[in-house]
Amino acid sequence: MTSSSTQARPAAEFPGRSVPSLQRPPAPGVLFACRTFAWRTLIKLKYVQDHLGTAVVFPVILTLVFTYLLGGAIAGTPGNYLQFFLPGVIVLSLVASSMMSALTLNRDIATGMFDRVRSTPIWQPAVLVGTMGGDVLRYALTSVVPLALGLLLGFRPDGGFAGVVLALLYLQLFTFSVSWLWMFFAVLIPQPTAAAGVVNLLQFILLFGSNILAPSQTMPGWLEAVVKLNPVTHAATTTRGLMHGDLSGGDLTAGLLACAALIVVFATPTALLYNRKQR
Amino acid sequence: MTGNPALAIETHELVKVYGETRALDGLDLTVRTGTIHGVLGPNGAGKTTAMKILATLLQPTSGNAQVFGHDVVREASAVRRRIGLTGQTMALDEDMTGLQNLILAGRLQGLRHRPATARAEQLLEAFELTEVGNRLVKTYSGGQKRRIDVAASMVVTHELLFLDEPTTGLDPRSRSEVWQMIRVLVQDGGTILLTTQYLDEADQMADDLTLIDHGRVVARGTPAELKTSRADGVLEVLLTDPSRRAEAGTLLARAIGAGVDADSDPSRLLVKIPDADQAARALGELARAGISVEDFTLGQPSLDTVFLALTGHSTLDDTREEEAEVRA
Ligand SMILES: Nc1ncnc2c1ncn2[C@@H]1O[C@H](COP(=O)(O)OP(=O)(O)OP(=O)(O)O)[C@@H](O)[C@H]1O
Ligand SMILES: [Mg+2]
Repeated sequence: MTSSSTQARPAAEFPGRSVPSLQRPPAPGVLFACRTFAWRTLIKLKYVQDHLGTAVVFPVILTLVFTYLLGGAIAGTPGNYLQFFLPGVIVLSLVASSMMSALTLNRDIATGMFDRVRSTPIWQPAVLVGTMGGDVLRYALTSVVPLALGLLLGFRPDGGFAGVVLALLYLQLFTFSVSWLWMFFAVLIPQPTAAAGVVNLLQFILLFGSNILAPSQTMPGWLEAVVKLNPVTHAATTTRGLMHGDLSGGDLTAGLLACAALIVVFATPTALLYNRKQR
Repeated sequence: MTGNPALAIETHELVKVYGETRALDGLDLTVRTGTIHGVLGPNGAGKTTAMKILATLLQPTSGNAQVFGHDVVREASAVRRRIGLTGQTMALDEDMTGLQNLILAGRLQGLRHRPATARAEQLLEAFELTEVGNRLVKTYSGGQKRRIDVAASMVVTHELLFLDEPTTGLDPRSRSEVWQMIRVLVQDGGTILLTTQYLDEADQMADDLTLIDHGRVVARGTPAELKTSRADGVLEVLLTDPSRRAEAGTLLARAIGAGVDADSDPSRLLVKIPDADQAARALGELARAGISVEDFTLGQPSLDTVFLALTGHSTLDDTREEEAEVRA
């Protein structure tokens, strides 16, 4: 039988559950906004095996495989090769690890996370700036693992402690710069799988089209020319030079210019695209 | 700013065009402060689009929209200080735990870490998610994810809360719990704009309803108004003698011009009736003809009937007529 429906709202079937009201605090400041996204980056480090994989496992495997499997063939002895290759491994791991935050951002845009962040009064660029801030610690961890392993296996940087520290500082700058490249594609390409595909392919080209694995002088002329256009090449040369204490002024300039070029070309378009982004 | 302080939302001729699609085609929406306002419409009607414009996430192609008197485009940051949002697509980081997601949501609103954590724990408890709070969200069931997502828009009490299909995918118990929480928010003075696919939910929850289709308002009013304004009521008559059903049907159709349907129960007769007076007349006619009635009920049409009647056909002229009819 139908009964006439009434206007009054029925009593809750499962009463008693409610959330007490909580006054909204004043809008968060810029620094707090950045710290929030830095915090998010760091807690994810703990949970996401991908992050740990790129930060720890990947460089270890790479170092062992290249040094012992191919090192003898490339440089005579594994020990010799290690002196050349180890700074490159650090660059390699850092570049791989620098993609992670961009892929997170890309996923945020694809899901509703971007909308939720956008609808809050938070300082919006904190998403980019804060995340990159949190990444500093991640990059430090990422570079320490292969370095420690290398030292254990017989890597002896001629530049000494100071050289190594300078090299690591330079690498923070370089990784920050190169992460704008990934951020650019993360914001440009809406579909996460497509974005991940492009970013991975590009990473592969950048890493293997560089002088990380072998000196560019040993390559055919055309390839050497291509490799010298790659910012990763200049980062690897600079890192090696700093660690071994034989960096030329020209190479240092090239290493710094590579960072500047990445930032100039990719940071502004990324920020603009991000601000205009509407799903 | 111009604008009526009693209104939480006011839009005028809001248009949003995506390429060929006119997602919103001159939407005029008004939401009274302190009410639960339901937006109903078939898939693709423009509900989410409207909500995103109001939540400052999309720019309208033309027209304007105000939230508490603030223009959503020019004064977006003032609007953002007053609203919360649970969108149709999930706003969670699946590589974080439920607790961490709620802390993040709290910090985005400006809560310091410790109060944000305390609040997150409180919400987990209220939404019965405490046991899974420390697990990664990607291991959650669909309903658990949805509940965390709804909880995340309650980390602070918003003056205006947008909920885009908040209960989709929830089991009846969880749905009713979410309703309960939404009601409490309104008791505290909040305003809720809600879309839903569940008409019973709209019927029971909303103070006011706006039905939209093809980006335009098709009807508006309280659930009761909508039901009485559009579709007819139904008089259900149970006859003592089933063999006289056909006779009774013909009689009623002739005497009051009502539409009559036979039910699968051979003694039951369904009579479409515009109001209670006509119902009384119908029963009188039956008595005069000596057809005895065992029982009868007078029911209002369900919102489903109204919804179908209003959106089931698509010519623009019809739509305009109905709109005028309901407003009158
Ligand atoms: N980003 C977009 N690009 C192109 N068209 C879009 C976009 N977003 C929405 N639309 C179109 O706009 C119209 C309205 O979409 P909207 O999401 O507002 O509908 P809805 O009422 O929320 O539907 P549902 O009940 O399915 O959630 C649809 O025809 C949809 O295809
Ligand atoms: Mg929708």
